[in-house]
Amino acid sequence: MIDLAIIWAFIIAFAVFVYVVMDGFDLGLGILFPLFPQKADRDVIMNTVAPVWDGNETWLVLGGGGMMAAFPLAYAVLMPALYTPMIAMLLGLVFRGVAFEFRWRTQKARNKWDLAFTGGSLVATLAQGIALGAILQGIHVEGRHYAGGWWDWLTPFSVLTGFALVIGYALLGATWLVMKTEGDLRDRAYQLSWILLVAMLCAIGAVSIATPFLAVQYTQRWFAWPNIILTAPVPIAVAAVTALLLRALGSKNDHQPFFLTLGLFVLSYAGLGISMYPYIVPQSITIWQAAAPANSQIFMLVGVSILVPLILGYTAWAYWVFRGKVRPGHGYH
Amino acid sequence: MFEGWDAVVLARAQFAFTMSFHIVFPAFSIGLASYLAVLEALWLITKREVFINLFNYWLKIFAVAFGMGVVSGIVMSYQFGTNWSSFADKTGPVIGPMMAYEVLTAFFLEAGFLGVMLFGLSRVGPRLHFLATLMVAIGTLISAFWILSANSWMQTPTGHAVNADGQFVAADWLKVIFNPSFPYRLVHMVLAAYLTTSLVVGAVGAWHLLRDQHLAGARVMFSMAMWMATLVAPIQILAGDQHGLNTLEHQPAKVMAMEGHFQSHKDGAPLILFGWPDQKDAKVKYAIEVPKLSSLILKHSLDAPLAGLDTVPRENWPPVPITFWAFRIMVGLGFLIMGLGLFSLLMRWRGMMYQSQLLHRFAVLMGPAGFIAVLAGWITTETGRQPFTVYGLLRTTDSASPLAAPAVGSSLIAFIIVYFAVFTAGVIYILRLMAQPPHPGELGPTKDLPARAAGITPAAGAAAVEAVR
Repeated sequence: MIDLAIIWAFIIAFAVFVYVVMDGFDLGLGILFPLFPQKADRDVIMNTVAPVWDGNETWLVLGGGGMMAAFPLAYAVLMPALYTPMIAMLLGLVFRGVAFEFRWRTQKARNKWDLAFTGGSLVATLAQGIALGAILQGIHVEGRHYAGGWWDWLTPFSVLTGFALVIGYALLGATWLVMKTEGDLRDRAYQLSWILLVAMLCAIGAVSIATPFLAVQYTQRWFAWPNIILTAPVPIAVAAVTALLLRALGSKNDHQPFFLTLGLFVLSYAGLGISMYPYIVPQSITIWQAAAPANSQIFMLVGVSILVPLILGYTAWAYWVFRGKVRPGHGYH
Repeated sequence: MFEGWDAVVLARAQFAFTMSFHIVFPAFSIGLASYLAVLEALWLITKREVFINLFNYWLKIFAVAFGMGVVSGIVMSYQFGTNWSSFADKTGPVIGPMMAYEVLTAFFLEAGFLGVMLFGLSRVGPRLHFLATLMVAIGTLISAFWILSANSWMQTPTGHAVNADGQFVAADWLKVIFNPSFPYRLVHMVLAAYLTTSLVVGAVGAWHLLRDQHLAGARVMFSMAMWMATLVAPIQILAGDQHGLNTLEHQPAKVMAMEGHFQSHKDGAPLILFGWPDQKDAKVKYAIEVPKLSSLILKHSLDAPLAGLDTVPRENWPPVPITFWAFRIMVGLGFLIMGLGLFSLLMRWRGMMYQSQLLHRFAVLMGPAGFIAVLAGWITTETGRQPFTVYGLLRTTDSASPLAAPAVGSSLIAFIIVYFAVFTAGVIYILRLMAQPPHPGELGPTKDLPARAAGITPAAGAAAVEAVR
């Protein structure tokens, strides 16, 4: 018998990961915006993502909606537990989302919407990182309900993961700019990439060191024999990707840094999966306990297996249509 | 703050507030996406420049409205979890897959092709670009299909069972999706979106005709919009009537509240035109009524008996005054819209379509009527199904998250402040775009970025047409 819960755990994890990757770089651009004060630069930066940002955020809706559909219990427990970060994230996304169009519609208030773009991106990213930390550190569940208070999510660990994600998204944004721009703008993006890469490695290290202290299960998962045979390759691969990334930045290969940064995200994400499995709410609800009845999961699985490849296809087409460097005063040519 | 408040009431206020803001944008963008597809098709077929000008004119407005719809929509998809987690747990296996299908079949389609639609004409050529516009338009309609199916299941649940954990599960997916009220609600809402858009387009056209009755773009959009209003308003009234009869069959208490029928009537119920429903005293004060007309409308017989809220346990009553008045506002506006359509038909017949200032003023005044009618209609149907989230099966009070009032109250205030600040600005930007007359050589979105817009000029577009041929 095929285990639907495991299949769906992979699908949700995939949707969330695609979201992290795709909205990650455009949230990162928002975070980096204050470092590019000139209007011409900002126009170019905006135009590198304007045609695709909406599709990027749709993956967040799939992650949330898909979780409600496939793991309703987990959705019902996690959302109230993460109430404040979730509301903050949604409001942040409102500000940055409207900025894409609004800033072209006003001369006077453009700076205000640029600020909204940065503020919204920063708040949304921090909230996502904090939510991740809050999930990892465990959630108080009684019966089928969240049973904690509305500030339980706030701990030093969740703040750490919040800032770690800000650094990570900023690095994605910087390497995206390296790939999509040229001249002075690209050179500055290269400089930022160096700094942010160092910061990101520190962040990965800090979160990796702190996680085993959260719960003994995490320690056993990573360090007990024979698990370590399977877990040890993760940090080794991180070191290898880092080395490649340093070389790509050094040799000014415009395309590689972005994709190698994605590699770092894949590995960090795999690490999270190793820590959490088989729980969807760590230490309290497993994917099997949270799973929707088989007929709900099968009904959606039919749609997912046909539609997701199609979606990936036309999304790739949209990226391809707007491929190449974006130049000031030349737009898409 | 908010100590001693009822968290469920605050959560309802939050849902009503965020939903009301959200619905305005899809109601507009469903209609506008279809209108843009029609304009682009007309341009491709006739090659008349006025159509591409109008396309670009409305595309800029669409871009702003669509963006606001997206961000306010993401909020809705998370409201179920944050404020209504018990509902999410219990109905997730049924509602969740429908919303997941909405994301997979509609949201991605819209988002995936939106970029090409907005900025891609010069990159992909007019035919592929038209395909992108068409995909966005179809996406908005598919989205309406799924979300109205989910809403309709909550109103008239069928095809489900309840499992050991107290969750609703689907026994028959086709019965869940095509539940009894869904076809009526879908038709009623899509027509409402088309009417809403036609009223906005008509008002903008009329506004510019009042200044210059020879403006070609204004003439074309005004004429198209008035055809829409003329033809669709009567159909919409018919569809609304059918929807009402369906509601009488499946949610009688809602119709009782809409009609203000606290008492049962054995031989013909009166149609209460106006009055003040008093929920506590269970009667409509100061009622102006037409004898037996309600029985005629609802039962097609003057003397047919009609049950009132006295046959429903009091704890299952919806809030009557809101339902009663929201319904009257919607119906009143519906007839006004039909009046506008007929008036425009008369003027068209007399050859005064572009000259009659009275018609133009009327059309400008009716610009926001569709939005108000849509909101009033949703308030009618959502208030009228209270006190349940899943009609007759799950009470609203058993649907909320285990949250303290201060948490829900603070987030409500945050939403109110942010929405008013952000969406007021957005509406001002849209009105500013509308205040500009459509002119020859109209540019697409982000006109202040010369190169990006360059590909969307008619000249380049026409050249692209030639290149493709």
